[in-house]
Amino acid sequence: MSEQTKTIFSRPEGLQETVTHYCPGCTHGVIHRLVAEVFDELDIRERTVGVAPVGCSVLAYNYFNCDFLEAPHGRAPALATGFKRLRPDMIVFTYQGDGDLASIGMAEIVHAANRGEKFTTIFVNNAIYGMTGGQMAPTTLSGQITTTCPAGRDVSQTGEPIRVSEMLATLNTPAYLERVSVDSPMQIIKAKKAIKKAFQYQVEGKCFSLVEVLSTCPTNWGKTPAESTQWLRDNMMPYFPLGLCKSPDSKEGN
Amino acid sequence: MAKVLMKGNEAIAEAAIRAGANNYFCYPITPQTEVAEYLAKRMPEVGGVFLQAESEVAVGNIVFGAASTGKRVFTTSSSPGISLMQEAISYMAGAQLPCVILNIMRGGPGLGGILPAQSDYFQATKGGGHGDYRLLVLAPSTIQEAVDLTMLACHLADKYRNPVMIIGDGMIGQMMEPVEFPENYTEPELPTKDTWAATGAKGRKPRVIKSLFLDPYKLEDNSVVLYNKYQQMKKDEVRFELYKTSTKNKVLIVSYGTMARICQTVIDELEEEGVSVGLFRPITVYPFPEAALEKEATRKNIDTVLTVEMSMGQMVEDVERAIARRRPVEFFGRTGGIVPTPDEVKKQIKELIKKKHGAKTRQSTTKSKKKG
Repeated sequence: MSEQTKTIFSRPEGLQETVTHYCPGCTHGVIHRLVAEVFDELDIRERTVGVAPVGCSVLAYNYFNCDFLEAPHGRAPALATGFKRLRPDMIVFTYQGDGDLASIGMAEIVHAANRGEKFTTIFVNNAIYGMTGGQMAPTTLSGQITTTCPAGRDVSQTGEPIRVSEMLATLNTPAYLERVSVDSPMQIIKAKKAIKKAFQYQVEGKCFSLVEVLSTCPTNWGKTPAESTQWLRDNMMPYFPLGLCKSPDSKEGN
Repeated sequence: MAKVLMKGNEAIAEAAIRAGANNYFCYPITPQTEVAEYLAKRMPEVGGVFLQAESEVAVGNIVFGAASTGKRVFTTSSSPGISLMQEAISYMAGAQLPCVILNIMRGGPGLGGILPAQSDYFQATKGGGHGDYRLLVLAPSTIQEAVDLTMLACHLADKYRNPVMIIGDGMIGQMMEPVEFPENYTEPELPTKDTWAATGAKGRKPRVIKSLFLDPYKLEDNSVVLYNKYQQMKKDEVRFELYKTSTKNKVLIVSYGTMARICQTVIDELEEEGVSVGLFRPITVYPFPEAALEKEATRKNIDTVLTVEMSMGQMVEDVERAIARRRPVEFFGRTGGIVPTPDEVKKQIKELIKKKHGAKTRQSTTKSKKKG
């Protein structure tokens, strides 16, 4: 490379050089990249252990360039608890979808957050079960059509969609909780800042941190990628408002 | 070291610490909660990790995460709680992670009761969770043996990179006996954990600890690796004890844990009455000492094999398998928390002997059955 040229964009070291299995238009790839960029910026990749969920990102260990554990469905926060308690010097994160975290793994995430476990959770909320082919999730919106609520989610029978970040914010234990989106470049920049902050809190040993990322599922929503990001803005954002839910530094957001 | 009087649950807890399993996770359940209470005080003294989690489902998975570090991890529970841990146990077996799990068994099924039982034998030895896997299962019959086997379990878990389970009935957990801890405990050398533990991908490729193999050929390969370990265990880890076995024995009792001790009393008392009975006590119930049992049970002098359990008959199926119809295999068991008395077992043995050697008695048994 000549002195006049300078690399300003490249694959982060935190990602492996491989093709992912994610569908076209899916935002997992963007979120993976943001997490990997944070590894590089905080120089933590070599002491990081990820915990993969069951769901679309079950194979996340094939894409991130760090040690990984593959958890049973919903139990990633329990694995992360065990690992981090024994190795507080390492950086531990779970990467979970909304079926994994907000349905089968609700007990594990609530109690890990309440114990103030010093790990980071990247919670990808696309309001549907992706890997099994588009079933109703606890975060599926009222009236939203899925294969297990073909007439649209009837909240009189299935309850209202769960707002995980707000619910966790009710716990007294200090935590960093923020909801972001990756539907536009501006939101992606904000999401990156939140993810970096979440890992930074862990590096400092400060608190449990969770970033909820609103995400799309064009395949199971039955929409094009562009329609999907618009649907996210029109339908998910009003119900799942973006922003800080809880900060360990202040009462802000509580 | 001098002997100390300790409750089984506490002695096992101390033994785990002495073997370096300084990481303990739990959820309260009778009749083993003293392990958690003891370690809640003891772990901070040795700089270990103690954590009470929200459920046994979580405990099992916290153990999974903790074991991924390569450090020794220990957990304890009782029957219904062990059922909840089966998810994590299956995953750990599949991912080849070591850990030690104590089941102080209580009566079941369901919520059952809180009194001693041996009714989780199937669950422990046949794979309580899903998939092709086995646990190495140890069954102590005294508190001293519980101490020794807990320390051995820590070693064997690391040796085979497999969960090891200790099954004791409620009596083993609750009873007090004098125990002695080894003064300078040393273990045979173990393979390095630096080939598989998650320690951070510094200067090496990332490691993944998983039980997911979507390619059927790779999943089968993993199952073959596990199978080969179990075959190795069958070769090297079979443990059992004989008590008063001789060429005079007409009956051979097969029994384990607390029940085996009661059978020893039975054998001593019958000996005084001139009736010669021997005991075969499996210490490893997986791998089951089938070759040794076959040898003992098929000696010329043995007419009948009697399996005695605190269950409706579980280990008896392994006994039948080992003996393969070469001797009649009888069963006596009480369950639900009822521990058979020596007199009850003695009565069974006397009836068996009469059945074999006196036609009159056999008729009268039939008669009384008709009456009933």
